[in-house]
Amino acid sequence: MPEAILSLAGVHTHLGQHHILQGVSLEAARGRATVLLGRNGAGKSTTLRTVMGLTPASAGSVVFDGRAIEKARPYAVARAGVGFVPEDQAVLRGLTVEENFRLAMLQESPEAWAKLDTIFELFADLKKFWRAKAGVLSGGQKQMLAIARAFVGDHKLLLIDEPSKGLAPIVVDHLIASLNQLKQHTTIILVEQNFHLASQVGSDYFILDDGRVVHSGLMKALVDDEGLKQSSA
Amino acid sequence: MDVLNLAHGAFFAWGAYAGFAVLNALNGLGWVETGTLGQGILSVLLALLAALAIGGVLGLFLERVIIQRVYGDHLKQILITMGASMVLAEVIKVLWSPNNQTVLVPLSFTGSYDVMDVVINKFRVVAIVVGLAVYAGVMAVMQKTKLGIIIRAGVENREVVQTLGYNINRIFTGVFMAGAALAAVGGSMWGIFREQITPAMGDENLIFALIVVIIGGMGSVTGSFLGACMVGLAFNYVAYLVPKLALGANILIMVIILLIKPWGLMGREQ
Ligand SMILES: Nc1ncnc2c1ncn2[C@@H]1O[C@H](COP(=O)(O)OP(=O)(O)OP(=O)(O)O)[C@@H](O)[C@H]1O
Ligand SMILES: [Mg+2]
Repeated sequence: MPEAILSLAGVHTHLGQHHILQGVSLEAARGRATVLLGRNGAGKSTTLRTVMGLTPASAGSVVFDGRAIEKARPYAVARAGVGFVPEDQAVLRGLTVEENFRLAMLQESPEAWAKLDTIFELFADLKKFWRAKAGVLSGGQKQMLAIARAFVGDHKLLLIDEPSKGLAPIVVDHLIASLNQLKQHTTIILVEQNFHLASQVGSDYFILDDGRVVHSGLMKALVDDEGLKQSSA
Repeated sequence: MDVLNLAHGAFFAWGAYAGFAVLNALNGLGWVETGTLGQGILSVLLALLAALAIGGVLGLFLERVIIQRVYGDHLKQILITMGASMVLAEVIKVLWSPNNQTVLVPLSFTGSYDVMDVVINKFRVVAIVVGLAVYAGVMAVMQKTKLGIIIRAGVENREVVQTLGYNINRIFTGVFMAGAALAAVGGSMWGIFREQITPAMGDENLIFALIVVIIGGMGSVTGSFLGACMVGLAFNYVAYLVPKLALGANILIMVIILLIKPWGLMGREQ
């Protein structure tokens, strides 16, 4: 097992009166893509949001790159090197595409701007709409912008929540290609319901249910398993 | 920032009293009523600076202690900021007096210019210049700078801006301070212009500020600028013709504009 860039141990999260995460433990290996699977309401998004400090853990530890971050505020987690692409294509609609990128660059360094070339290769539409308000982009383009924005921020780890949600199959194929490119540059944790995308991008998987990890392993093994089930059914 | 703050009237009054106190103190040095042109200009600048500072401090205090607890709840914001402004107005009465105060104004700032038989009050010119400078400054910061991008983004979605690595709470505290400081500078200008201040001046002027913002559209600087021009001009024209109708005319304009554009001239639908 390669070294873990992120590890959660016994993480509990409460939202109001509700006990949502009930002792989540998982590890994400550096340089790989880890997928979180599970049915609706299992706690996948809450797990990502807890890592970001948006819904702080009430117990347990979150260690990122050797630092305990379970008490850190969201901006501090981001500054430590964690990028976050939330569930709902949360681009800033009132800002132009360009301003969305500038916002994502904590330092507007030449290196950050140089990254845009890579981004334009992955997401050509963003170049086309460079000066347009992000609000006018299509759903797929917004998703691209949200991912690209996290990428330009120079993160060691990217948390991406259901990037395929609401996208047409052909756009999902494009997304798979883009995510696989992205994998070359950074570690990814991906929440995904679309098993096709998950299997094409993920290296490791964790399955959550009722706020706990119930199963984990190599994505490849899960795919073979699924195939076995399909053929025996 | 989506905060309804009715304490701006109090910042306005506090700015006026801070300016008044500074001018009084400088008059003791002979700078104000009997000073040179340079001393006069410096006195006014110091008065405005004092207003800026007191507005900033009051804004910081109010945001940290009160507003941060009621983000997202407009009714509570209205009630609690109204309460705060009453307290602040009472404190003025304690520190100074419940009665009117006369503001000492440098000679060079009183009187009028006579431009081809048109009489133009000198301090009005100063007020217009300061107003335009503030407008241009705010627009430049909001549209051209990284800080402006962060603020606009934060108004739209605090959470996303935080996860991009910005301490949005601290930034919004700063924005709130800046707003309070500008209100205080406005109050100080008003006091120098009128040469009279009272503890109730905040409330008296807040109504105009509210009409301006509602006409212009909440959250739009340019809208406020247009609204201010309309309110100011309408008030003065009507006051000249039928004094008692001046405020009513402004409210009528507001009603008509809201009937046509419910979000104000430049406001965005939410
Ligand atoms: N603000 C909240 N207050 C109370 N309960 C919440 C809140 N947000 C989410 N929940 C509950 O927490 C549980 C986990 O939600 P979460 O969004 O993490 O699930 P998920 O695995 O991401 O689901 P999905 O696949 O539908 O996105 C759900 O039962 C949900 O109803
Ligand atoms: Mg979810």
